[in-house]
Amino acid sequence: MPGVEGFMYPNEVSLYWSVLIVLYPYITGLVAGAFILASLARIFRVEAVKPTYRLALLTALAFLIVAPLPLQLHLGHPERSLEMYMTPHRSSAMAMFGFVYLWYLMAVLVVEIWLDFRADIVALSQSTRGWRHWLYKAMTLGSDNVSPRALQIDERVGWLVTLIGVPSAFLLHGYVGFIFGSIKANPWWSSPLMPVVFIFSAMVSGIAAVMLLYMATTRMRGKVIDMRCVDTIAMYLFYIFIVDFSLEMLDLIHRIYEADESFRSLDFMVHTRLYFSQIVLQILVGTLTPLVLLFLTQIATLREVVRKRIYAAAGSLALVGILAMRWNVVIGGQLFSKSFLGYTTNKMALATREGLLVSIALLLLPLPILAVLVKILPPWPEGEHTAIPEAVATP
Amino acid sequence: MTITRRQLLILLPAAAVAWESVLAGTPEASPNYTMTEHWWSMLIDIPKCIGCGNCVRACQAENDVPDGFFRTWVERYHVADWHLANPEVISPDGGEEGFPVAKEDQGKYFFVPKLCNQCADSPCTQVCPVGATFISPDGVVLVDQKYCLGCAYCVQACPYGCRYIHPQKKVADKCTLCYHRIRKGLTTACCEACPTGARQLADLKNPNDPIHAFLKTNSVQVLKPQMATGAKVFYNALDGSVR
Amino acid sequence: MRIFKDAGHLFRLAALFAAGTLLFFVIRGFVVPRSFGEYGHYRGAAIAEIAAHPIRFAGQGTCETCHADVAQAKSGGKHAQVHCEACHGPLAKHADDPSIDPGKPDTAALCVRCHAASAARPKDFPQVDAEQHAGGVACQTCHQPHSPAIGAASGGTK
Repeated sequence: MPGVEGFMYPNEVSLYWSVLIVLYPYITGLVAGAFILASLARIFRVEAVKPTYRLALLTALAFLIVAPLPLQLHLGHPERSLEMYMTPHRSSAMAMFGFVYLWYLMAVLVVEIWLDFRADIVALSQSTRGWRHWLYKAMTLGSDNVSPRALQIDERVGWLVTLIGVPSAFLLHGYVGFIFGSIKANPWWSSPLMPVVFIFSAMVSGIAAVMLLYMATTRMRGKVIDMRCVDTIAMYLFYIFIVDFSLEMLDLIHRIYEADESFRSLDFMVHTRLYFSQIVLQILVGTLTPLVLLFLTQIATLREVVRKRIYAAAGSLALVGILAMRWNVVIGGQLFSKSFLGYTTNKMALATREGLLVSIALLLLPLPILAVLVKILPPWPEGEHTAIPEAVATP
Repeated sequence: MTITRRQLLILLPAAAVAWESVLAGTPEASPNYTMTEHWWSMLIDIPKCIGCGNCVRACQAENDVPDGFFRTWVERYHVADWHLANPEVISPDGGEEGFPVAKEDQGKYFFVPKLCNQCADSPCTQVCPVGATFISPDGVVLVDQKYCLGCAYCVQACPYGCRYIHPQKKVADKCTLCYHRIRKGLTTACCEACPTGARQLADLKNPNDPIHAFLKTNSVQVLKPQMATGAKVFYNALDGSVR
Repeated sequence: MRIFKDAGHLFRLAALFAAGTLLFFVIRGFVVPRSFGEYGHYRGAAIAEIAAHPIRFAGQGTCETCHADVAQAKSGGKHAQVHCEACHGPLAKHADDPSIDPGKPDTAALCVRCHAASAARPKDFPQVDAEQHAGGVACQTCHQPHSPAIGAASGGTK
């Protein structure tokens, strides 16, 4: 059989979870990570990262909107996907995740964004005309109360929502990890570490994404990058990355040491079929290199322009590394036979429903969505958005 | 074989009636079948399997199994000396056309037919997000193909590799223990086609089922017992090298 | 009450969420299949649907109702436990309408599938190297398939 080495159970030869299933944990991870960065400002009172607070929330929303799309494209019968909400099987992590997603989207993210932006929404509903006026009016839910007391209530409730949001974000992405980690049939996935590794790698990717978006959008708007903000974000990125890397190394060392029945097969797979994506892309390029780069910025005093370049490089490499990690988990988990006697290959087409072009499109889709969101709800730091942005000026 | 026309005239209607009652087996038309009175399983007798592939072909014919996928298949093991951890295993097209001739050598050879183990604690039904796969009250793990989303979570969760996504229907598919046959008192297609009796359907709730006696007196195993799936397909004389 | 006035927007939000939840349950009432939950967390009607699949193999019992003489010949011989359709293939269509002629199996290909000598088969199973054993002669020249032992009652002759 082409592409098959050794022996595989006959039904295992083709992979059932494609690159789309790689994208979905990646995108939800970006959501969780972006939200954690936002919560650093709100809950943990890290003043320095406040300039990215609103941008992080909108980024989370943009990615969360896109997140179900790879799943829908992957399903054999997407028209039946509502069944997960109608008759959820309570023993299934996937079914419960549907509700965790809904909870996070509606009760956490949308509410928090609404509460934080409400004053602006009311102001914009009063200062715009035409369809924009009606859009903002609808978003006010008919209430135009922006008295100090009302805003204070918003602040308090918003703080509470963020507080609930932190474990909710962990639950959102931890659940994805659990979807894999609870499969006893697959030794590459089955591990109590899986949800934890997913959460920390999500934080790395989300924080890196917001950092890059902040730097990029600030440049695009011709404003000055708040270095105190970016330095702080990079510091958090560095430490969370260390934890993430340690967890992955712990898993690896544990596997090598215990060397159970699956080890030889998995080891062979990592050294052959998974070599480029795991050793080269995930570990060397995507983890060690950004760690070293960030370490340099932590121990040495570097000029601002050097730091910016390093953050951009480290952030981009981290994003690549975390995507590679998702690939290695999902695809890697299907490349070896559960008989531990053989391997298959992943065939990714170019222009099919689950192919490369669709994957690239899905990865990029959050960006135009984010562009629309920042037009409707400008997140730019204090002092910049009190004036009505040009995009919503009266025609 | 010679049948006189007179014999045919008597036999034909008799056969038609017999066949009608078989075909008519909806639950309502077979009031004798009560699901809770049965707990279906299978016994596979390894020393009897000759690797002819009849069962694989019969299953494909009975159940319209798509090309390249298998509801049942046969594996051939070759174990050299005491090296249980390194067997040489082949399953050319699932054993559909039998196996290539093996040359005599020092090792031991044997065939292992595999199918869905109809697990009592199946991980596949546990993970289905919508309840499209389930274990029936009479012990058969089935897929409701009108309800299945095709998410393939069950395929990932099965430790035995017995599930697949039907390439045309885009839903999960697997061995149904020929549920449509066993409800009507027939045996499964694979058991019907097996020339040596290596595969035998068993009803664990039937005290007179000969398999009970067999299970009580022979050394039997299930596949991957460490997975604690409650597998109900029992193997006689399963070698330790079997994966 | 001041608190309600200043938190009015929150009550509107809560009302919106409540309305959404209510709508969800209403839709659910219409959409969930009637038989769902009848026996467990699945569509109870699925069981009957699966049980109604078409049958392709009639089963030896059905063959015997017309072909009792063959069953008789077989039951005394070495192929006693080999069911009819193991060699003749699925015959439900023929049982349904006996005028449909299923045709005879090609023994040249059929017999060797089980009986070609291979070190992989159990040692006590009758197997031959077809070339050495028959030298190209068709199996049923000497072996009556229903009772194949040479010299058996209704068996073949050399």
